[in-house]
Amino acid sequence: MVGLQHFLTLGAVIFAIGFFGAVTKRNLVVVLMCIELMFNAVNIVVVAMSRYLVPLAMQRAPDSTDAAVAQTLLTGQVFAVFVITVAAAEVALALGIVIAIYRTRRTADTNELKLMSR
Amino acid sequence: MNSSALWLLSPEISLAFVAMLAFLVDLVTRRKGYVAAVSLVGLVLPLLFTTLLWGELSGWVNAIGPQPGEVAGVSIPGIFGTLVVDRYALFFKYLVFGALGLVLLASLDYRSRLGRLEGEYYGLILLSAGGMTLLAATVELLSLYIALELATLPLVALAAFLRDGRSTEAGIKFLLLGAISSAVLLFGMALVFGVTGSTYLSDIAGAVATATPGDVPFGSYAMLAGAVMMAAGFGFKIAAVPFQMWVPDVYEGSPTPITAYLSVASKAAGFAALLRVFTTAFGPADLHWSVLFAALAVASMTVGNLVAVAQSNIKRMLGYSTIAHAGYMLIGVAAVAGRTGDGSLQGPQGLLFYLGGYAVTNLAAFFAVIAIANRTGSDQISDFAGMGRRAPWLAFLLTVSLLSLIGIPPTAGFMGKLFLFGAAVNADLAWLALVGVINSVLSAYYYLRIVKVMYFQEPASQERVTCSPALWAALGSASLGVAFVGMAPWPLFAFAAQALLGFAGR
Repeated sequence: MVGLQHFLTLGAVIFAIGFFGAVTKRNLVVVLMCIELMFNAVNIVVVAMSRYLVPLAMQRAPDSTDAAVAQTLLTGQVFAVFVITVAAAEVALALGIVIAIYRTRRTADTNELKLMSR
Repeated sequence: MNSSALWLLSPEISLAFVAMLAFLVDLVTRRKGYVAAVSLVGLVLPLLFTTLLWGELSGWVNAIGPQPGEVAGVSIPGIFGTLVVDRYALFFKYLVFGALGLVLLASLDYRSRLGRLEGEYYGLILLSAGGMTLLAATVELLSLYIALELATLPLVALAAFLRDGRSTEAGIKFLLLGAISSAVLLFGMALVFGVTGSTYLSDIAGAVATATPGDVPFGSYAMLAGAVMMAAGFGFKIAAVPFQMWVPDVYEGSPTPITAYLSVASKAAGFAALLRVFTTAFGPADLHWSVLFAALAVASMTVGNLVAVAQSNIKRMLGYSTIAHAGYMLIGVAAVAGRTGDGSLQGPQGLLFYLGGYAVTNLAAFFAVIAIANRTGSDQISDFAGMGRRAPWLAFLLTVSLLSLIGIPPTAGFMGKLFLFGAAVNADLAWLALVGVINSVLSAYYYLRIVKVMYFQEPASQERVTCSPALWAALGSASLGVAFVGMAPWPLFAFAAQALLGFAGR
């Protein structure tokens, strides 16, 4: 039986993979993909939490109205939709800057981004 | 969404309107000076609405019906109670709009380097300010995240605005590290949401207050992890060690007015959100988060000051100095957590005061740097040699702001540190105040080095350095602010106390 733990474990593993990739990969586009993995791990966790835990929390507050219950039950899903949207905006901006960098330097290697290091 | 909601959101709506107007004016006119004029004059609108909303809370404006005398805050109807108008949010609106106005003035002198994209520059900076004011007004985690991104993404575009090697490098570093930290922040929010069943700060506070170990899956460990991850996300925004990696490069590579804006407004908004989340949502929790922020404060102060000593680029050095100042401000956050029974708000009050004083001080320093560096074409500290003779007034005002950054009376920085360290001592954190004092002494070394270079080293040329009237106006107002807050701190202190009326249920 697949339960909350499985989803949370999956989310944590994907988040860790994404984080590891984001700090170790050398190509800017791959780094962006890893960051996308981190955001999607968050989406898995938040939707799973919404499915399994919020009903428990609602049981502890029996005096809430139907509207409040419905609103709370959907919070996780709405959360995920917003995260996807903002992540898309972020990637659009990032790719624009990556292209600007590639035009001037003919490289998208993070190790080459050291004009200002001392 | 009804008319009273529109009224309560009027500062942000008018700000967005001015931003769109800046984009439009840029399209229809070739005279780029109009764009700057529209943004600057347009800023009067959000400031006016902010003042009227303050009146609404105090009872001398009654646009949404009579309020029962002084009210702590009004929730904006029709958007699920995600935003509020309270004095705390209005305080940060004033702070952000004030900093924005001065930065816009200073940008006039920078126009030659912006090329033909001036409308985008002004529009984006205005939109980012909208995100920051929303960040201080939000009481719900998801809208907090969106406000955070609304504040950050335009700043990323602005950091990369010059499109040369350094500027694009600054932009991509800001964006990538910012995205990683927002992912961490989101993961923390997801955990907190899962444990408490809500994204509203007040509901989280209720769940936190009633939770007993074993009542929820994971006990309180998930909650602890969530709070720590959220602190990490905010730590990036306020540039606290160990989340400061982006600061030096972004500060050095960005256009200097954007650096000034980042170091003042963006940091203030980050603190606004951090303070509200941790006092409102996690206030009742027995998570000992005072220790967490005390550790961050010590690390930020020490690392920021020690590394700043070795810098040769003045923007980079001021970048490390803002890291150290984030450390001083975190003392205020730690002091609210380590409260001594009377539920004192001295910590937040000191923090708000410090943010105000720091804003004028840092803006004055950056404006002087813009004025000098625009003429010499270099950000190197060695190129500031002889400025005491080449530009006596600029050198004097830069010296005053550097003295304020050290915290020497009678400047704003001294008063800010006095109140912050006093709050720490009253919250049984005397050791933290001591670390702060030692660090202030340390910091004097690298600030005074610039003063020494300016007054006691022979200049490479004898040519006078001057700057435009707009930059003089911005620099003059910021410096007057430094002197005023330093010599007459009580108005700002009373304003900070007012801003905390009814904050976090106290």
